[in-house]
Amino acid sequence: MELTMDCCESATQRGIARRSLLLGSATFAAWAYLPKFARAADGRDPRLVVIILRGALDGLATVAPVGDPDYAALHGSIALTSDGPHAAIGLDSFFALHPAMPEFARMYRDNKAAVVHAVATSYRERSHFDGQDVLESGFAGPGRVQSGWLNRAIENLPRGQRVTSGLAIGPTTPLVLRGAAPTVGWAPATLPQAADDTAMRLLDLYRHRDPQLASSLAQGLQIEKIAARGDEAMKPKPGVNAMRIAAKGAAKLMAADDGPRIAALAFDGWDTHAQEGGPVGRLAQLLGGLDGALSDFESGLGPRWRDTVIVVATEFGRTARINGTEGTDHGTGTVALLAGGAVKGGRVISDWPGLKVANLYESRDLKPTTDLRGVIKGVLQDHLGLSERVLSASVFPDSGAAKPVAGLIG
Amino acid sequence: MARDPQAALVALNRFGLGARGGASGDFTSAASDPRGYVKAELAKPGVALLDAPGLQDTPALAKLLFDYQDEVKQQRDAAAKAAVKPDDVKPDKPMIVAAPSDSPVNPAPMASPDAMSAGPQVQPAKPAPQPLNVVQKIYRAEALARFQRASIAEVGFVERLVTFWSNHFCISTNKGQPAHIWAGAFEREAIRPHVLGRFGDMLKAVEQHPAMLFFLDNQQSVGPASKAGQNRKRGLNENLAREIMELHTLGVGGGYTQEDVTSLARIITGWTYAGRDGKLGAAGAFAFNANAHEPGPQTLLRKSYEDTGLAQGEAALADIARRPATAKFIATKFVRHFVADDPPPALVARLADVFGKTDGDLKAMAVALLEADAAWQAPMTKMRTPYEYLIASGRLLARIPEEPGRILGALSLLGQPLWTPAGPNGFADTNAAWASPEGMKLRLDVAAQFASRIADTVDARELLDIVAGQAASPETRQTVERAESRQQALALLLMSPEFQRR
Repeated sequence: MELTMDCCESATQRGIARRSLLLGSATFAAWAYLPKFARAADGRDPRLVVIILRGALDGLATVAPVGDPDYAALHGSIALTSDGPHAAIGLDSFFALHPAMPEFARMYRDNKAAVVHAVATSYRERSHFDGQDVLESGFAGPGRVQSGWLNRAIENLPRGQRVTSGLAIGPTTPLVLRGAAPTVGWAPATLPQAADDTAMRLLDLYRHRDPQLASSLAQGLQIEKIAARGDEAMKPKPGVNAMRIAAKGAAKLMAADDGPRIAALAFDGWDTHAQEGGPVGRLAQLLGGLDGALSDFESGLGPRWRDTVIVVATEFGRTARINGTEGTDHGTGTVALLAGGAVKGGRVISDWPGLKVANLYESRDLKPTTDLRGVIKGVLQDHLGLSERVLSASVFPDSGAAKPVAGLIG
Repeated sequence: MARDPQAALVALNRFGLGARGGASGDFTSAASDPRGYVKAELAKPGVALLDAPGLQDTPALAKLLFDYQDEVKQQRDAAAKAAVKPDDVKPDKPMIVAAPSDSPVNPAPMASPDAMSAGPQVQPAKPAPQPLNVVQKIYRAEALARFQRASIAEVGFVERLVTFWSNHFCISTNKGQPAHIWAGAFEREAIRPHVLGRFGDMLKAVEQHPAMLFFLDNQQSVGPASKAGQNRKRGLNENLAREIMELHTLGVGGGYTQEDVTSLARIITGWTYAGRDGKLGAAGAFAFNANAHEPGPQTLLRKSYEDTGLAQGEAALADIARRPATAKFIATKFVRHFVADDPPPALVARLADVFGKTDGDLKAMAVALLEADAAWQAPMTKMRTPYEYLIASGRLLARIPEEPGRILGALSLLGQPLWTPAGPNGFADTNAAWASPEGMKLRLDVAAQFASRIADTVDARELLDIVAGQAASPETRQTVERAESRQQALALLLMSPEFQRR
C-alpha cells in the first residue's frame, strides 16, 4: 500500500490541495449492470443517488413536528416555529420544514419530494463510526464489513449493455458503494481543506491538553481566514459550498447518455453538539448547502431528473431535548429525505411516536418507528426492480422483518 | 499488558519513529522494557547502512551527471546552431542548468494514478508530465529508499540518529545538480557508516565527500602559494573551513579565531573531487590535488601542523574532533534534539563527558542518553519534525511508500524539503520552527487529506491504543471517540498531542 497524500504532490506553498480531474470527458466503458426498467417498454432509465450525512442529522430540527405539543419545550431555544421572521415551511398540518430548505419545499409541493420521519437503522448505540457502518454496510450490526448495500444492489442488477459502474463522489468511496461491483470515482478539482469542525475540535483538545499548540493553531486558523477573504468565490467553504460543487459535478456525469446511473456521496459536519442554531445558524447553513445540492442535481440532470431518486440518510438522530450548550447529543430516531422526479412525494411518511418523555427512546430520543432498511428496500424494489428476496438476503442480509415500504416511487 | 505506558510513549516517540500499526505489538514491547526496546536496535549489525537495489556510489552518480550534462549541452548547441543567423554569433555562454522540476522547493504536479481508491479513473486534464531527467530520478530513488527504510525500521532510533547527523552535516540540493544527485549517496556514504561509530571518522568522511566539497565550495579553493594558485591567480575559499568549526565541530564561541578559519582553509586546500577529465582519479571520487594545496606548515588553534599533504588536514580534523568545545557543542545539540529545546545542563554535561572519554564514540553517547533517567522523565515537549510526523503516520497505518512523491511534496509543504535546508546550519530543531501557526494549520490539512483517503479502512480508536496505549489522555480518547466520522477521528488522532509531541 501507499502513503496517500495526493494533496501534497502538487501542493502549492499556500497549502491548498488541488487535484484537477477533467469533468465531462470521462468515458465510462465498464457498462455492466442494468436496472430492470431500463429495457422496459416505457423506456425508464432510472438514476439513484445516495447522500450520507455524517455526524447524525437532527431530524427534529430538519422537519419539525410543530404540531406536537411537546416539541417546542424539548427543542427549546433552537425550536422551529410556524410564524415569525424565520418561520418554518409548513409541509402539512403537523410537520414543518426548516426554512433553509426552500428548494426541497418546492419539490415537496410539486409531489417530487417526501420525508420519512422517526426512522432509524437497526443500530441503537451512539457511536458515529459504528452507526455509519450499520447504515452503509446494510448489515444488522456493526462490524468490519468491507462492502455496502448499494454496491450489493448494483451487483444484483441484471447484467446488460447500458448501465455502468457506480459513481463515488469525493476523495474516497463511501462504504455504502464499496464492494465487488465496479465503481468509478470523481472528486471536485479543489478538495476542501480540513473542515472547520475538525479544526474546532482539535482546538478544543489542545486547549485542554496543550495550550501552546492551541495558541499556535488558533493563530494559524485566523491567518487562513484572513488569507481567504475576498477569495470566497474561488474557494469552496468546507461543508456548504463543497456540497454544491460535488452535486454539480456528479449531476453532470450522471446526465450523460453513457454516464453512471448510481452514485453515492457523503457530506460531513452534522454533529451538532453545541451552538446548533435554530432557523439560522450552523445547522441552517448546512441544510442550505444540502438544499442547494438537491437543486443542483435537479438542474444538472435535466431530463434525467424525471427518472431520478435521491435518498438522503444519516447514521442516527439526536437527543430530543437540547443540551447545555444549545446543541443536541447523539440520539436515535431521525428523518430520511427522498427527492427526485421519480419520487411519489408531497408526503411526510411517519408512524409518529410522540414526544412525551414516556414515548421517547430511553427517555432521550425520538423513538424510531420505521426501519430505514425498509425505506431503502422500497426504493430499490420499485425504482431499480430488485426483488424482495434479493433485498432481504443479499442487499440487507437478515432483514426479512423490515418489509419494503411500498409506493415510494411514482 | 503494558507495565509502563508513559515510558513506552517516550521510547516510541522521543527515541523512535512511532509505533507501527498492524500486528507489530510495538507498544506492548516498548512498555515491557522501554530502555531495552530502544537499545536492542543498536546491537543489530549494519543496522544503519542502506544499500537498496539500484542505489549507486558517488563516482557512478557523477558519471551519470556528466553524461547527462554533455547531452544537454549537445542538444543546446545543436539548437543554437540551427537558430543562429550568420551575423549574430554570440560567444558561448556558460551552461544554464534549469532547476529540476521536481525540486523539493517546487514540486511538479504529478498525475495521481491512485487518485481514487475505486476502479477505473477519470483522467486528469493536465498535460502529460515531462519525463524525469536523471538527476530527478536519482533523487527520487534515494528519497524512496530512505522513506522505506524509516517506514519499516523496528524502533527507528537509528534512523533518527541518521536524520540528526544528516541535518547536522547538511548539504542542500539547492546548490545545484551535483548536490541534487549526490544528496542521498552523501548520507549513505558519509553519515550512515558512522552514526554508531566515531565522530572523528564521520567528520573526515563528511568533509572529504564530494557532495560537501561541492556544497561548501572547497573544490574551488586554491592555496595562494600553491602551483595552481600561482598559475591561475585563484585563491582561498574559507567557506568549508568556517562551517567545519562553526557548525560541524566547535560551535560559535568555541574558541577559534578568524586566523584559525583561514589556517584551516589553507590546510584543506586541494581537497576536491576528480572532474570529468579524470586527471585526479575516477571522475566524482574524492581527490587530493597537490597542485592546489597550500605548501608549508600551518598554525591552527595554537598548534602547528607540518605540510604532510592530505594528512595535514586529516590530522587537523582529528584534533578538532577531540576538543572539549566540540564535545560540548555536539552534546548540546544532541540533547536539544532528543529531549528539550532548553537541554538540561546536567544531561548535556554527562554526554559531553562520555563523548570526551570515549574519543567521540557516538554509540556510547547514544547509549548514555538512553541510560539517563532525565531523558525519560523530561516532559514530552518537542514537536515531531514534519519528516518524523509523516513517517510516523505511515508507520501507524502500516503503509510502506511505493513512490516518494507524496512524502516529498508534504515535506516541502510543511517546510522541511528533503535534503534542502535554507542554509548550511540545517533545519531548525526547536518547537518555534515546527509549531508555528501556519505550520500547525498545514499539518492539520495534511492530516485531514491523509485521513480522507484511508480512514475508512481503520478504526482510530484502536489506533490510539497502538499510538499511546494507556498513556493516551482521557481528553484525546474522548475527542477521537466522539469524532463524527472515521476521517475526522483519524485526522484528530494524527494531530493529537500524543502523536505530535515527543
